[in-house]
Amino acid sequence: MEFLSGGEIFVRCLQEEGVDIVFGYPGGAVLHIYDALFQQEQVKHILVRHEQGATHMADGYARATGKVGVVLVTSGPGATNAVTGIATANMDSIPMVVFTGQVPTHMIGNDAFQEVDNVGITRPCVKHNFLIKDVRDIAATIKKAFYIASTGRPGPVLVDIPKDITDPKIKIPFEYPKDVVLRSYNPVLKGDDGQIKKAVDLILSAKRPMLYTGGGVVLGGASEQLTRFTRMLNYPITNTLMGLGGFPASDRQFVGMLGMHGTYEANMGMHHCDVLIAIGSRFDDRVTGNLAKFCPTAKIVHVDIDPASISKNVKVDVPIVGQVGDVLNSMMQIMEHEGRKPDAAAIDAWWSQIEEWRGLECMKYGWSDETIKPQYVVQKLWEVTGGDAYITTDVGQHQMWAAQYYPFDKPNRWINSGGLGTMGFGLPAALGVKAAFPDAEVACVTGDGSIQMNIQELSTALQYHLPVKVISLNNRYLGMVRQWQEFFYAGRYAMSYMEALPDFVKLAEAYGHVGMLIDKPADVEGALREAFKLKDRLVFMDFRTEPTENVYPMVPAGAGLNEMILV
Amino acid sequence: MRHIISLLMENEAGALSRVAGLFSARGYNIESLTVAPTNDATLSRMTIVTRGDEQIIEQIIKQLNKLIDVVQVQDIQDAPHIERELLLIKLQATGEQRDEVFRLAEIFRGQILDVTDASYVVQITGPGARLDAFIEAVGNIPVIEMARTGALGLSRGSCGMSI
Ligand SMILES: Cc1cc2nc3c(=O)[nH]c(=O)nc-3n(C[C@H](O)[C@H](O)[C@H](O)COP(=O)(O)OP(=O)(O)OC[C@H]3O[C@@H](n4cnc5c(N)ncnc54)[C@H](O)[C@@H]3O)c2cc1C
Ligand SMILES: Cc1ncc(C[n+]2csc(CCOP(=O)(O)OP(=O)(O)O)c2C)c(N)n1
Ligand SMILES: [Mg+2]
Repeated sequence: MEFLSGGEIFVRCLQEEGVDIVFGYPGGAVLHIYDALFQQEQVKHILVRHEQGATHMADGYARATGKVGVVLVTSGPGATNAVTGIATANMDSIPMVVFTGQVPTHMIGNDAFQEVDNVGITRPCVKHNFLIKDVRDIAATIKKAFYIASTGRPGPVLVDIPKDITDPKIKIPFEYPKDVVLRSYNPVLKGDDGQIKKAVDLILSAKRPMLYTGGGVVLGGASEQLTRFTRMLNYPITNTLMGLGGFPASDRQFVGMLGMHGTYEANMGMHHCDVLIAIGSRFDDRVTGNLAKFCPTAKIVHVDIDPASISKNVKVDVPIVGQVGDVLNSMMQIMEHEGRKPDAAAIDAWWSQIEEWRGLECMKYGWSDETIKPQYVVQKLWEVTGGDAYITTDVGQHQMWAAQYYPFDKPNRWINSGGLGTMGFGLPAALGVKAAFPDAEVACVTGDGSIQMNIQELSTALQYHLPVKVISLNNRYLGMVRQWQEFFYAGRYAMSYMEALPDFVKLAEAYGHVGMLIDKPADVEGALREAFKLKDRLVFMDFRTEPTENVYPMVPAGAGLNEMILV
Repeated sequence: MRHIISLLMENEAGALSRVAGLFSARGYNIESLTVAPTNDATLSRMTIVTRGDEQIIEQIIKQLNKLIDVVQVQDIQDAPHIERELLLIKLQATGEQRDEVFRLAEIFRGQILDVTDASYVVQITGPGARLDAFIEAVGNIPVIEMARTGALGLSRGSCGMSI
């Protein structure tokens, strides 16, 4: 048997888990661990410029690969800087393991240098967390952390490691546990057969059905099953912001995103449907609008792996707890075996109604020869990248335009912070994706406000050669805030105007990258083509867009989904 | 509606704060919460008295089950059950009040645990409502201090929560 120190055990555990990259930042409490990392090659480390960047990189990595993202930061400020990224991952159910350093065990609770109660601070925004107090518990705890993060409804797990238990002088026998036994944690995988039968009956009885699918399809790797299921039924399907790419957007059956900035046809379809089939989606308030007016005539089926997501906001008629993919397989089996089909005549009639709504072309936008329309930049980005890039975004109007005008045909390509809405997410997330897939095209669609929240990661991009494309839709406004102020505060633009913006081209150059300023509509496509030709350079594209453009359609707060503001 | 929720959880540091934190973060009401180890030293049993409509109670139970340290959750309100709570109350008792306290303690089948020439400590056990009734009955007799354990509950019959 081998004898290893806590630091060495830590590294071996990561190797055993198949971790290829750790995103982190060193400090006193994790020096033993860094020393052990330094003495091996298998697990690479990316040194970020701010711990929030590390968490978003690991998060982007996880969303693109489906694997667990791994973060390593020091105690105190290292850990508190990571909290926003942990909460971001938690809201979107992203598998992540975050290791934080802690002061030595005998000093815990004494207000020691750089001491913060990491387990306490993060408790409300993790799936679970641990404080390891004995070197003999490191291996088993790390095993549990990866298991919990990646199974059931995924989420971030934090492991707090006091400095003394990684002491290189203390060596103990090492063996990595083969499996995990957790009597208190048994995620349900297979849906209940009786419930599945009931659901099939209800689904096939529908005259005006809607499929409303979300992030659970992407997280559960079930887009192939969802696609077959949807085509088998010939029902209209809408995706949440988090579910985009779960069903091919170019398919005729796709009616676009729903919710606050969803399409007219998706939201009207929701409002008038008689059977709503919710799959891996959680009835978020940005989706439902006013609950009292939500889907007034629908019976609801809901498939979700987390029982707590079911009937939380909206009472459902047929709940099914289980893995999306398995449940869809079972439903398709029943339909195939029993040769049962939907009501074709009713569905045809429903489709003509939907096509009428679609005919409104709610996503049309005006054209100008003078100023660049942000929607146009996104459409051209889609063309230039063949619709096949990984797109990360920050938060604001640009995020919504990216969601609306870059249709995804594949899952895991659309990477944004939906639940927490974290400005500053986009650039580091893009770097995390690029680190996972160095040959893929990766673009970050961002805004002039958001990009400044983690712009320091441009330096990380240079050091580790992560040539992503930054597509900044620079409207000189905190545009989403400005839009709300225009609509709901009589145009009193309190603190939403960005004065004294930096020269982004020079800034990009100062960080060792290529900067481009584009301010004419006619130059948009050419500039994009030029930038994407620079395969091995990070290009920061500063698009000066129409400052007061708004995101449409919009369901105002308190309204029903059928009460959209159209252009 | 008032519910008594019992749960078994891993007897680990921090487990209590996960439950307490869940209630405060999600705005659920806690009337009382008690916790202590069980015959199985690796498990603690917690009893929570809460209030909420059906949908809230359903969410509370789901959210408790979702906590990784929680092994089992039961709403014992659903079935026949026993509820007990213990009250220790120190009453000022001089003159006529001394007989009055003594008599009340007897009526409520309480015990007198401590006596001085100016006070009594009385112990009452029973369902929460019975303790409330005693406090009510004490009326004008000044209460120097009191402590209640919060409710405990077990289901009736031969089945129970264990692993
Ligand atoms: C500025 C802004 C505007 C927004 N506007 C909109 C909008 O217009 N429309 C919109 O839709 N959203 C919008 N959002 C996002 C919104 O806040 C929510 O994040 C989003 O709607 C939630 O998506 P979801 O329901 O797919 O759930 P997710 O957060 O993706 O949750 C996934 C669900 O699936 C379940 N699940 C996970 N894995 C599995 C599995 N393997 N099997 C089964 N179930 C599983 C989980 O338990 C969970 O219930 C906006 C966000 C921002 C920041
Ligand atoms: C960290 C953080 N702070 C504040 C907000 C609130 N917020 C949401 S959108 C937005 C404006 C974003 O501006 P910008 O990045 O320029 O994007 P735009 O809306 O102009 O496209 C703000 C301030 C947030 N989501 N995240
Ligand atoms: Mg802006």
